[in-house]
Amino acid sequence: MLPKQTSERYILSSSPHTHAKSSVSGIMLDVIIALLPALCCSAYFFGWRTLLITATCVVTCLVVEGACRLAMKRENTLGDLSAVLTGLLLALNLPPTIPLWMAIVGSAFAIGIAKQVFGGLGYNPFNPALAARAFMLVSFSEAMTVWSNSSWKIAAGATVDATTTATPLSYLKTFATAAWDKAPAADKVLNFANGDFIQSAFLGNVNGSLGEVSALALLLGAGYLLFRRVITWHIPVSFIATVVLFAFVNYGMDLNALKLAEVHTFSGGVILGACFMATDYVTSPVTTKGKLIFGCGCGLLTMLIRLHGAFPEGVSFAILIMNAFTPLISRFTQPKPFGAK
Amino acid sequence: MSGILVAVLVIAAIGAVAALALAIADKYLAVQEDPRIGLVTGALPGANCGGCGFAGCGDYARALVAGTAAPGGCTAADDKVSAEIAKILGVEASATERRVALVKCCGTRSEAIRVGDYNGICDCASAAATAGGDKGCRFGCLGYGACANVCPKHAIRVEDGLAIVDKRLCIGCGKCVSVCPRKLIELVPAKATIHVLCNNPLRGPEVNKVCGVGCMGCHLCEKNSGGKEAGHFTFDRFLAKINYENPPTDSMLVDKCPRKCIREDAHFETGH
Amino acid sequence: MKTVKSSFKFHGGVHPDYNKELARDKTIEALPLPKTLAISMSQHLGAPAKCVVKVGDHVAKGQLLGERNGFISVPVFASAAGTVKAVESRQGAAGSWADAVILETDDDQSATPTVTLPPLDWKTASKEELLARVDAAGICGMGGAGFPTVVKLSPPPDKHCEYLILNGAECEPYLTADYRMMLEHADKIRTGVEIMRKVLNGPAVRIAVEANKPEAIAALEKAFADIDGNVEIVILPVLYPQGSEKHQIYATVGRLVPPGALPISVGCVVENVGTVAAIADAVVEGKPLVERVTTVSGDGIAEPKNVLAPTGTTYADLAAFCGGEKEGVRKVISGGTMMGFNVPHLNIATTKTTSGLLFLTAKKVFQYSSSPCINCGRCLRACPMQLNPAAISKAVEADDISDAEANGVMNCIECGACTFGCPAYRSLTHLCRRAKNSIRARQAAEKAKAAAAAKK
Repeated sequence: MLPKQTSERYILSSSPHTHAKSSVSGIMLDVIIALLPALCCSAYFFGWRTLLITATCVVTCLVVEGACRLAMKRENTLGDLSAVLTGLLLALNLPPTIPLWMAIVGSAFAIGIAKQVFGGLGYNPFNPALAARAFMLVSFSEAMTVWSNSSWKIAAGATVDATTTATPLSYLKTFATAAWDKAPAADKVLNFANGDFIQSAFLGNVNGSLGEVSALALLLGAGYLLFRRVITWHIPVSFIATVVLFAFVNYGMDLNALKLAEVHTFSGGVILGACFMATDYVTSPVTTKGKLIFGCGCGLLTMLIRLHGAFPEGVSFAILIMNAFTPLISRFTQPKPFGAK
Repeated sequence: MSGILVAVLVIAAIGAVAALALAIADKYLAVQEDPRIGLVTGALPGANCGGCGFAGCGDYARALVAGTAAPGGCTAADDKVSAEIAKILGVEASATERRVALVKCCGTRSEAIRVGDYNGICDCASAAATAGGDKGCRFGCLGYGACANVCPKHAIRVEDGLAIVDKRLCIGCGKCVSVCPRKLIELVPAKATIHVLCNNPLRGPEVNKVCGVGCMGCHLCEKNSGGKEAGHFTFDRFLAKINYENPPTDSMLVDKCPRKCIREDAHFETGH
Repeated sequence: MKTVKSSFKFHGGVHPDYNKELARDKTIEALPLPKTLAISMSQHLGAPAKCVVKVGDHVAKGQLLGERNGFISVPVFASAAGTVKAVESRQGAAGSWADAVILETDDDQSATPTVTLPPLDWKTASKEELLARVDAAGICGMGGAGFPTVVKLSPPPDKHCEYLILNGAECEPYLTADYRMMLEHADKIRTGVEIMRKVLNGPAVRIAVEANKPEAIAALEKAFADIDGNVEIVILPVLYPQGSEKHQIYATVGRLVPPGALPISVGCVVENVGTVAAIADAVVEGKPLVERVTTVSGDGIAEPKNVLAPTGTTYADLAAFCGGEKEGVRKVISGGTMMGFNVPHLNIATTKTTSGLLFLTAKKVFQYSSSPCINCGRCLRACPMQLNPAAISKAVEADDISDAEANGVMNCIECGACTFGCPAYRSLTHLCRRAKNSIRARQAAEKAKAAAAAKK
């Protein structure tokens, strides 16, 4: 028989007994909020299909996440919102013309293979959205690299070439070295740089993936994340600075080179990658020094792939490759204890 | 068609060359090992539990053959296995007694009080380090399953806040003994059937405050088993202990215990 | 004497809810003597005192109950006149069990004269006399750890104390005991400082107070106005754990204590303001340490108070004096919310180190749930010791204690800053503590083994 309990039972736990009340779902929600401006911009320029693709990705991610946890007999993790974020990020990395079934396959890959197979949030070595993008890039390479879209709104100042056929990066691809100005299409590229390119890229007038459309919207979101202290400046700044520096040196270190460096920065996925993908907690180093190394590595690989690789764009692969180095970087950049020489 | 043929031939040729290289390597690079090591390893139970003090069965087998360990060190093996090993090694077999783990507590959640609602890492060591543990009895089983987690044979389960060893599965490796923060798991001879499931040496009133089935040291079990001279029980302050050199066998003791903390083996066997 | 702002900022730290307004304006009140006291023999860091009374003995207030037992140990005195009812094992705030003298106090306390040591004039007394008095009065650090003060005041001959730092930071949430001491007994603190200065051969004095205690700073400025020598009040920014010894040394004098070293290795001695006042009492009035101020606070107690209670008062008596618990108390904490201990019941007695007793309702209690680490790095940013709690916790969970050790877990001060900010609600501090415990156990075993081998 159970002896009589003499007093009320208190909770027993280890110190500390107070908490800052931050939570994983709160962090995820902050990132989702930060991505909303980019999503809105995208919807404005690419039309309702943006929202359809995004909804497809998010719903698929949630369903696959729930199914995986159920199959693995682990606790439900839909509430941490990480699956929503993965879906959103993946959608922003897809071209507006992507068939919906491909988006579904990609989302299932992101959650099922790139995340849950490794044990779920916190254990995945690669950024799930980027892994899925890379998977789709090699599986559906055609659909993933066609950027023309009938709903594309031709804004003032943008050339027809830029909006219907290829991204600025595919032009730049042809001129990998400092000898770019001797190439036949040099004028065309310079037109980008000279014209209203920067302005349009900033406001949202460059062809590319859904989320790459407006650098301004992305930077707005990044600013929010910095303000909320969700991310630190180390990875985005070192990433973008490396890209700028690399391009500037590569193109001969003059005024034109500077302009091309701007094209490299504001087109393609550099801003999106640097602010939202490379800063993914789980797959990036945790130490300050490590973050700087990680960012520089991403920038370097991005430019190498862009100029010398098979694809015009290299942000995804660069980040994925650096993801693989994350444990190593963390290990070699351990901080020294307070007071240690 | 010819393309396929060429491919098959090339692969086959590569395979043949590789196989030849392996065959040569096996012949000339072979490490001479006492054949008895393989035999002894085969005879051992292969649980790799480490109960013998070596890194695993292979390691123990090597030590046996080298003569640095004696047969009978394997806690998981019965006499037959020891005899077989002794035969392989050509030495005298020493009789081993199979020992199994025993959790000396029967204070389930419905029998022993909890003084608090523990909220922390689900692990005995962590619970014990938080305000001394949430169980009212500071000698009793916390029931967070540290022993069950290290058991290589999954012989321990936690039921109603109490760890229970399945004697039939236990190989006596002793891992649970060392991991228990309350130090209440003991290796006892498997042939003993009557056990005192309490670890609290305090006076009756103290025990009574926290547990409905704690031993108070009334000595009734000693009296009923033929008195002090019979030597079935020893006492540590107010706690009865079975003398496992000379364990009692009379199941009447179980019913006679006023605190119901003397139990028979049947209690430990899994229901499924 | 001047007041300066701290010019050194250490890495990390957090800003918990301080909730000090609950008790900060409550004047120290003396507790009416309880019927029974449970005076523990283990009120300090180190070996428990050896009990020298037996059941049935009648003891006077101030009489020796337990004598010091080894180098790192302090004596224990009766905090009231009464009869020894029992000497039994009692659970302490930290959860461990130790012998305690259960005293039934006399109704008429004046019938038995209080035992005091002969009062000393610190100006004429020798250094050795003063040091012997600190030892004899059973004084240990009253900030929390309870390190024997006499050991701190006797630096090894090759070390010289250049700075005496007074810890008045009180960075723990809710606690206001030290604050009230500074406000109400600044003169006593000054006397204590002058005594310690004499014992330590005249070091410079730094009084560290957090910026959120302007009244305490004003009171100290007044009390120390005409003091000679190098004395400064250093105003520290409000940041937890400003009261940690190593961090306070850095914040006040800019010196870094190497890992594993004591403050004296950089010429510093740090003492809590309460301890300093106790030293003054022991010398000037000859009073052994038998009482202390404890903050009773939290949203689960009717009237938060700063209570001067004899050591050995049960938490139940303290709660009753403060109007009793309110409905729905879910957690009782001995100490502050960052480093305090949860206690399972109120039949636990105060000691020389009990700085606070908090009653929290469900509103102020959060539930741990260990979801996997998402590598966000908040714990690294928060850790004042510049460790990597994420890596350490993962190593401990994988039972890889040697990896935790390689990550510097032994430097952990268990301040709780990492756990405080962890969005995955992981018990990082607890895992670090577990690693430290098992490393210490291993080291002790190795030492014992080496000693045994040396004997052979």
